[in-house]
This record gives sequence, structure tokens and C-alpha cells, in this order.
Amino acid sequence: MTKTITIAHGNGGEENNELIKKIFYKHFENDILAKSEDAAVIEDGKLAFTTDSFTVSPLFFPGGDIGKLAVCGTCNDLAMMGAKPKYMTCSVIIEEGFPTRDLEKIVKSMKKELEINGAIVVSGDTKVVPKGAVDKLFINTTGIGEIEHKGITAAGLKSGMSILVSRDVGAHGATIFAAREGIELDSTLQTDCASLYPQIKALIDANVNIVTLRDATRGGVSAVLNEWAKTSDVCVEVEEESIPVQEEVRGICEMLGFEAVDLANEGTFVLCVAKKDEAKALEVLQNTHTTSRVIATVTEQYKGKVLLNSSWGTKRFLDLPTGELLPRIC
Amino acid sequence: MENLELKNLYDDFRDGETIKAYANIIAEDAKKLKKPINIMEVCGGHTHTIMKFGLPQLLPENVNFIHGPGCPVCIMPKERIDHAYVLAMQDDVILVTLGDMIKVPGSNGSLQDARAKGADVRFVYSPMECIKIAEEHPDKTVIFFAIGFETTTPMTAVLVEQVIKQKITNILFHINHVTVPEVMVELIDSRDVHVDSYNNQIDAFLGPSHVSVISGSKIYDKFPKDYGRPVVVTGFEPVDAMQGISMIIKQFIEDRCELEVQYKRVVNHEGNLKAQELIETYFEKMSLFRWRGLGNVPDSGLKLRKEYAAYDAEIQYKDVLPIAEIEDHKLCICGDILRGMAKPQECTIFGTACKPTTPIGSCMVSSEGACAAYYKYGNLI
Repeated sequence: MTKTITIAHGNGGEENNELIKKIFYKHFENDILAKSEDAAVIEDGKLAFTTDSFTVSPLFFPGGDIGKLAVCGTCNDLAMMGAKPKYMTCSVIIEEGFPTRDLEKIVKSMKKELEINGAIVVSGDTKVVPKGAVDKLFINTTGIGEIEHKGITAAGLKSGMSILVSRDVGAHGATIFAAREGIELDSTLQTDCASLYPQIKALIDANVNIVTLRDATRGGVSAVLNEWAKTSDVCVEVEEESIPVQEEVRGICEMLGFEAVDLANEGTFVLCVAKKDEAKALEVLQNTHTTSRVIATVTEQYKGKVLLNSSWGTKRFLDLPTGELLPRIC
Repeated sequence: MENLELKNLYDDFRDGETIKAYANIIAEDAKKLKKPINIMEVCGGHTHTIMKFGLPQLLPENVNFIHGPGCPVCIMPKERIDHAYVLAMQDDVILVTLGDMIKVPGSNGSLQDARAKGADVRFVYSPMECIKIAEEHPDKTVIFFAIGFETTTPMTAVLVEQVIKQKITNILFHINHVTVPEVMVELIDSRDVHVDSYNNQIDAFLGPSHVSVISGSKIYDKFPKDYGRPVVVTGFEPVDAMQGISMIIKQFIEDRCELEVQYKRVVNHEGNLKAQELIETYFEKMSLFRWRGLGNVPDSGLKLRKEYAAYDAEIQYKDVLPIAEIEDHKLCICGDILRGMAKPQECTIFGTACKPTTPIGSCMVSSEGACAAYYKYGNLI
């Protein structure tokens, strides 16, 4: 570990993993935590339990705000364990001087999102801190959900299985980047921020046997696929051309030197199913987003690695994103 | 032009079938080569394209790449990164720079570390953002730590011009702009200290198209003429790169040694004269610029002209800026890699002690450095 924590330690990639392992896992060690899933499975597999804190700049962005994000983020982590979100807590840390009207706008958008999930906030906390102690507003939410599809685990990938994405990737990361200070890009892009439980329910209702699921938040689709490849000790072979990316996201990536698969999403998940369930799963997913695609197959070619095949016959590894995402220079 | 979309600029130039077709042409032509050839792509952007799109996998064994020094972040010597760090740590200074620069470790740490310690460090995509930052913080001095080759120099020059015109008093400059042709000459002439003989392996150059958009292809006139090395100015998409390589091979089998332009859709011989004039107005050559991994290269760096000394942070802050040169890590072989005498994986610390998260040598620090590109895209294949 480095002597001080840098922004890179919160990137969802390699440095972030190092921080979690070397500081938190070391001291909090227990069997449930060690599974390192999106949400902890407790009470003999009946309940899923998770927490997440939200800081985003700007607080309001095209297609969402920090409130929507705070409910979606936690509910999605529950949904990714096959659970229906039920009860939530909401803690806010507010910087002195924050406009009350904005706070209410944010809470209203939380309520709207709670309704989509069928969840309720049952406990909360507020702290107000002096100017400069936080950047405007931080929100933490914790959630409990009831597991409706058992056995979802990142260790379940086997050779021959198929991997799908629920929609085009990278929209949230690209939107936030374009809206950031110092970039000054005009764009009509909207974040993908959305509650995912309805789609998971649709998959369960269609009798799709879900091997594993993960929402591709920080670190993007690359981080999810790499984690699965490592946890299940398999090779994930991605057909680069099949990864759905919106034109505008692609354009921003080209200009700034990013890859869409490294960008954060807030309403996009990656799904692994047996080959026989592939067509059914795709049909269900395409009911919500026509951009949903099968992007990869599980093989044994390079165990623990994600392999990217180009349409002209070359291969390369897709690694975990490292460092802070920074635009290229020229 | 009104219907031109960004995708038009790259879509056709990534077509799998076209790339395969060029691979076939190259494979056929390469059979006629009398000896293996080494092509140096000067620019880090090309290194990135070549590795990202896996182009070496499509080339015959007798056509090799040598990855050149064209990554502005990678070549920055530690003492200049220390300048940035020291400036950032000054009270009342906002240090502004471009992207990747904030990750590069100096002797006290990177600008990212300075930021973690409370320094106000910002990265911008366009240097003109500095004016907005300076307006918002009239009580602070904004120092633009300018880096880059001919491609970014005009943007800095425009900022200098605006700062002077608008009489903005709280923006200063720390200039680290470098130029491509001078370092190419250095690479051809460079001496291998290990065997004490001239030993560079470069047979031809792939010239970066965006540099020539500014400076024209004329900057390479002397390489075929005086140094016997063909140059093909080439674009950055995989189809461009494959066509550029094919053009170089054709020169060898047809016994030609010329300057050619693959990227005709934008580049001409003279370049952007307005941009060149701006650069000329505000900058002059430094007699020596020390490149990380390569050492001193004559006439390869730019500085603000004397009459603009009031805007020069190197002069205004000279009392606090360290002056001692800092040597590269002794196990690092970036110098050899940049001269084409070694590949990244031949380095004993590549991928072990030296990784993108903890870079030791220059070629690992930026995503456009050769070692970083090998690590990211080619570490096992």
C-alpha cells in the first residue's frame, strides 16, 4: 500500500481491490465478507444485505441525480443477488449552506425510485457539517432484500456458458465525464442510472436459470468480467464487435482516450447463463433495452483472464482498469 | 461538412476486412524484402494503436516495430516533475495540467499525491480552461504546466496570447514542450554506451499524422535525404497504420527512400502556418532538453521567449525550484527500448516492480508509453 490514500484507491479497479484486501478484509475477516459479492447473503440464504455511499459531482446530471443513484445503487446490489429490495436506511451528510430546495428535490427522486423497487426507507440519519468538510452532499443507503433466486455466485462460471450485457455500456461514465468541470463537452447523452430489479424479476419469471449477475458500476464491464474470470478460474472470451456502445459514448471515448468497457454504469448489468438459456435471456433483456447483446463465451483458453477477439483475427487481454481515468493528451 | 459525425472519422478505418486485406498485401510484399526491417513508430499514440489493435499479430516475422519516444508524459525527466510538485505545493497556487501528467511519480511523489496532501491540482482537456479557473480564483496564481509535442504547443501558445491580450495577471506558464524531428535525429545518431558503437536498429519511421497537421510533412524532409531513412506520415486508426506499414515495405522492395504521406485526408507539406506562426511568436528553442531515458537532446525543447519572462513560472519561482538532474532508475532499460535495442519484456523489472500502478521507468507511466501498452494489451499473448 502507498502511504496515503489517493483517488485511484476508489476507482473500482486494481488499487481499490488492494485497499479493500489489505485494510478492511484483513481486520473484518469472516466467511460472509470473504465471498465478496455485491450483497452479503445472510440468514441461511433467505436475505441479501448491502450498503453503499454516494458522492457524485455534479449532484444533478442528465438523466438523474445523487438521490436516484443512492436508491438504484443499493437496490441494484440486492437485485444482483437475486433479491427483491424491501427495507432501506438513508443517511445524509450535508454541507452547511446547501439549498433546502435541492435537498427536497433529491429526496423526491429517491422516493420515486423506491416505488419502482417496491422498497421503503425505515430508518435514517442526518448530519450537517461545516462548509468544506464534505462536497455539498454525501448519501449512504443500506438495504435488505428477500432472495427470490438462490445460488447466484461469481464462482459459478463454467466452460461453454454465455455472457450477456443488459444494454449498451458506458453511458453513465461518459455522461459524468462530459458534464465535468474542465472538459466542457456539449452532449445529449443521458446516464443509464436505473433500478434493475424489474429486469431481474422478468428473468426469474421467464424461468431463466441465472448463474451469476453483476451490475457493471465502477470499473465497468471490464472489472466484472475480470472478477468472474478470476473467481471461477475460467477464461472469458469477448467478441469485441459485439459489445454494444452508443455512438455518442464511443465518440467521447475516442476523443478522451477511454474504453467504453472501463466506464462506470449505473443501470447496466452483466449476466451469465448456460448456453441453453441464452436465447430466452436475450429475449427478456431486449424487452427493456433493444441494445442488449450476448458478448462473450466462457472457455478455458487462458484461465483467470479476459480475452478480447477482434474482427480481424487478433487477440488481446482486457485488463482491470487501473488508476484514475484521465483523458489522453494528444 | 455539416453532416460529418465523429464516427465518420473512425468507422471505415477500423474495418476488419480492410485490415485483413492489408495484412495479406504486407505478407506478400514482405517475402521480397532482402533483410528484416525495423520500423519505428515515433509517437506513443501509434504504439497504443499498434498494441490495442494487436497489429504485430498480423505482421510477418521480418517486419518489426520499434516503439519510439513520442509520449510527452513518459519523456519528462524527474526533476521537471519535481518542479510541478513544488509549484503545486506553494500556497495560493492552482497547478493545471493535462490528463496523464498528474500520475507521473517524481522524487517526492506525483501530482496526485500532492493533491492528496491538499494541493490544488487540476487537469483540463483544453488549456483555455485556465482562463476560467483564473477568473474564478483572482486571489490565486494559476500555473499551467504545459506538456506535449507539436500537437499541443499551439494550444499553449493561444493561451499565452490570450493571457497577454486580456491582461490576465494570475496565469503563469511552466513550459515543457518538445519537438519530434530533433529527437528522431538523436535516435539515429545515438551511441550505445554498452558496446561503444553506433548501433541503432531503425530502418524507417512511421511519422505521427497529428504532428504534421500542425508542422506539415516538411519536418521530415531531411530523413530520407540526409539519413537514408524513409518516413511515412500515418494516421492513428488501424487501417491507417497498416497502410502506412505497407507503404514503407513497398519503398524497400522498390529500392526507394522517400517521404510519403498516408494521411492525405488532412496532412500537407506545409502544415498549419497560422499555428506555426503562433508558436514562433511566443516560444524559442532551448539549447538542451533532458529527456527521461534518453538524456540531453539538442534543440528539442521549447521555452517562452525572453520578452515574456514575466509569465514564466520557471523564472518567477526559480528560488524554490530544484535544479539538480535526477538519474533514471538503474534497472530501467527505457533508454534502450526507446532506441529500439530492447523490448519491454526484456527488462528485469517489467511487470514485477514496474507496473502501471507503480511505474519506475518512463515508458510505464502513461498509457501511451511502450511498456504500459505491452503491459495492458500484450502481457501474455
